[in-house]
Amino acid sequence: MTPPLLSLRGLSKSYGQIRANQGIDLDVAERSIHAILGENGAGKSTLMKLIYGVETPDEGTVTWQGAPIRLTSPAEARRQGIGMVFQHFSLFETLTVVENIALVVPGKKRELIERVRTLGRDFGLEVDPLADVHALSVGERQRVEIIRCLMTDPKLIILDEPTSVLPPQSVEKLFETLKRLREGGVSILFISHKLEEIRAICDRATILRAGRVTGHVDPREHDAHDLARMMIGRDMPEITPAASVETGEKRLELIGLDHRPDDPFAVALKRVTLEVKAGEILGIAGISGNGQAELSAIISGETRLGREARDRIFMMGQDVGRLDAAARRRLGFAFVPEDRLGRGAVPELSLVLNGLLTAHPLGLLKQGLIDRAGAKAFAETCIRDFDVRTPGPEAEAGALSGGNLQKFIVGREIMLAPKLLFVAQPTWGVDIGAATAIRQRLIALRNAGMAILVVSEEIEELFEICDRIQVLHAGELSPSLVTRETRVEEIGRYMIGAQPAGHGTATSPAEVSA
Amino acid sequence: MSAFPHLVRRERASLSATVLAPLAALAIATLLNLALYAVMGKSPGAVFHAMLLEPFLSWASFSEVLLKMGPLLLIAQGLAIGFRAKVFNIGAEGQFILGAIFASALPVWYPEATGGWIWPAMLLSGAIGGALWAAITAFWRVRLNANEILVSLMLSLVATQVLNYLLLGPWKDPAGFNFPQSVMFQYDAMVPILIDGTRVNWSFPLTILLSLAAYVFMQKSFMGYKLQVGGLAPRAAGYAGFSEGRAIWLSLLIGGFAAGLAGAAEVAGPLGQLQRSISTGYGYAAIIVAYLGGLHPLGIIVSALVMAAIYIGGDNAMVSAELPIAAVRVFQGSLLIAYLIAVAFIRYRLEWPKAADRRPA
Repeated sequence: MTPPLLSLRGLSKSYGQIRANQGIDLDVAERSIHAILGENGAGKSTLMKLIYGVETPDEGTVTWQGAPIRLTSPAEARRQGIGMVFQHFSLFETLTVVENIALVVPGKKRELIERVRTLGRDFGLEVDPLADVHALSVGERQRVEIIRCLMTDPKLIILDEPTSVLPPQSVEKLFETLKRLREGGVSILFISHKLEEIRAICDRATILRAGRVTGHVDPREHDAHDLARMMIGRDMPEITPAASVETGEKRLELIGLDHRPDDPFAVALKRVTLEVKAGEILGIAGISGNGQAELSAIISGETRLGREARDRIFMMGQDVGRLDAAARRRLGFAFVPEDRLGRGAVPELSLVLNGLLTAHPLGLLKQGLIDRAGAKAFAETCIRDFDVRTPGPEAEAGALSGGNLQKFIVGREIMLAPKLLFVAQPTWGVDIGAATAIRQRLIALRNAGMAILVVSEEIEELFEICDRIQVLHAGELSPSLVTRETRVEEIGRYMIGAQPAGHGTATSPAEVSA
Repeated sequence: MSAFPHLVRRERASLSATVLAPLAALAIATLLNLALYAVMGKSPGAVFHAMLLEPFLSWASFSEVLLKMGPLLLIAQGLAIGFRAKVFNIGAEGQFILGAIFASALPVWYPEATGGWIWPAMLLSGAIGGALWAAITAFWRVRLNANEILVSLMLSLVATQVLNYLLLGPWKDPAGFNFPQSVMFQYDAMVPILIDGTRVNWSFPLTILLSLAAYVFMQKSFMGYKLQVGGLAPRAAGYAGFSEGRAIWLSLLIGGFAAGLAGAAEVAGPLGQLQRSISTGYGYAAIIVAYLGGLHPLGIIVSALVMAAIYIGGDNAMVSAELPIAAVRVFQGSLLIAYLIAVAFIRYRLEWPKAADRRPA
């Protein structure tokens, strides 16, 4: 038997009181795709950081290609042939795609551009190498990260939830890529919450729970339900099917909205029309980078419309195009943005103070001063009701894992008891147990008469919770499709622009391939 | 594998490092400067005594420290509020000068006026003058996104020229032997002395009171919280609907108000007239004071005291140990640099390579 490519024995890492990893044993074979499964806070991210040299273990040994090593920096890990694509991206926003790549990959700029284009074509990771990173959507940024990692010709690639931002077609393509890489002698450590995916592509799976390994299995021999049970240690909660309820008045209406952002790299919105009534969930499907960021900012009020765009956005029956984010919130609007750190939450502030960010109208202020006790009670309630795993309400938001922070933000916005709730990527990076809980919560709120708008890249999720779905492609919104009468393939066709978005305009072939 | 220690991010900001950083910076800067004096052929012991001990040894010199501390503290409190919101007002010097000018207008135009209302009116008018000068910066920043660092800094140079114009022209004391200074102010235009036999006046307790107000504003109020969010994560502020323009206006107006008040208190206090040398770089030194105090209102009280002592001590050392005038500036500068290095350890810690690593693999 050939020795494993990477072998971990008794790896432990603690952060103060928290024991993130305890005695982890793991063997990654050559030419294999190895899954790491676990809930938020199970220690997956910490383990990957140890392997990639971001953190050094307190105890334990790492053996790489048969020889013991001790990695102290990612640069060294890359030299050894270990690459990583992070869940939170590490790109410089003020540089272009190719400049970001040139920071880690040697070579002439022209050659790099060519390689970016080639890799993009081969692996379905199309991205303009000369675009500025700050103008890219979350999905596009991840594509850049994957390309950058592939360009250093690694022996082992760590992918932290790589499929969470890809459309179904690209997931297929990515899997093809991964399989081809495996044939070429590269091993892959694959972190994902999507159990079906793991079963489709991975040779081995290691399951983590509360910082310890709870099993090594062949994922193809277990069904998703089994895997989920091993992961969360109990049976999976079931989603209550969305029974149709009587809908009420219009809470959000966009009427033929055109918007050309100042940013030349941003997507222009064309004649966007939608409405959300009380007691229904409208889903916006589509691959990110097709106008999701622009649409979100316009609905939230972070982008305000010019004077000329009158009567284009209505909330609770009122024209809000010129109102700022705070004024819209006062009408009963709440919003969970797709980026959590730095937008939905301030990383350096505690959860108590992050609760205050949007929950201050809930009586958390007294004559302009912060009511600390009230704010703390609010954060504690949110942590308890939404199962946020954290040492306590005084923990800094930046110290929470992505999924736990998402639970906190979703919880905070739901606790505002809004009339209209807008959630972008509700379960992105959230583990399966928590994702189910969030979806159940959204359906319950809809049944109680809330109007809910969801932007998501996960079609399955939209089909599970939405009454109607519209697809955003190249800044245009498809007609409204009733979920029960629509097939996934139909949505897929709109997503890649194969089906014209309607309004009597055909999408040009160039846009289809873009 | 490197044998050098490297920085590792802490899970959260360390409280002990937050308190220790300025103290360590002070110790390091002191040692470096004493070494420098030794190289210059001065006795480090004598300089240390003159510079850092003497200011605290007699009531006479300590009262001078308190006098210097007033403007530094006031300006630094105002600046720190803006710095926390990442609005970098570097032009407190100019706002200080405008404050002095606005305050002086009253006694210059009405030298005969009497009444207990005059000095409070002067302080208020000075504060308004400083705020107006800062408003120019705020306006262009909000309107055209003009960089507030450059605009406020350049406006300080303009302010100096405005002062020169007034003192060489319309406001020159006719009986002043052609010196560029205004008339001496009348009795009622002076802030009353607080402690007999010293120059410490009632503006000092006012300054302490405003420091406590700054503490409540920054640490307890929702407005202060909004400013902080804007500084830490501008997109989160936009998301929550906190107006960026309002944060810029508020930051600059508060900074200008405090600096203007300090300028007014200077002419209506120890100086008693408007002169060309009203500021000895208070506006710039206050930037160091603000950062040395960790941008925290209570920390700034301590750092202002230290900085004032260095001013007074530097003067002492110039006389008794024959230090050049630049020595104080060098000390201030090295203090800031040492602090900026030390603050890295609030969020990071040094990790030494373990013994096992150094063994050849």
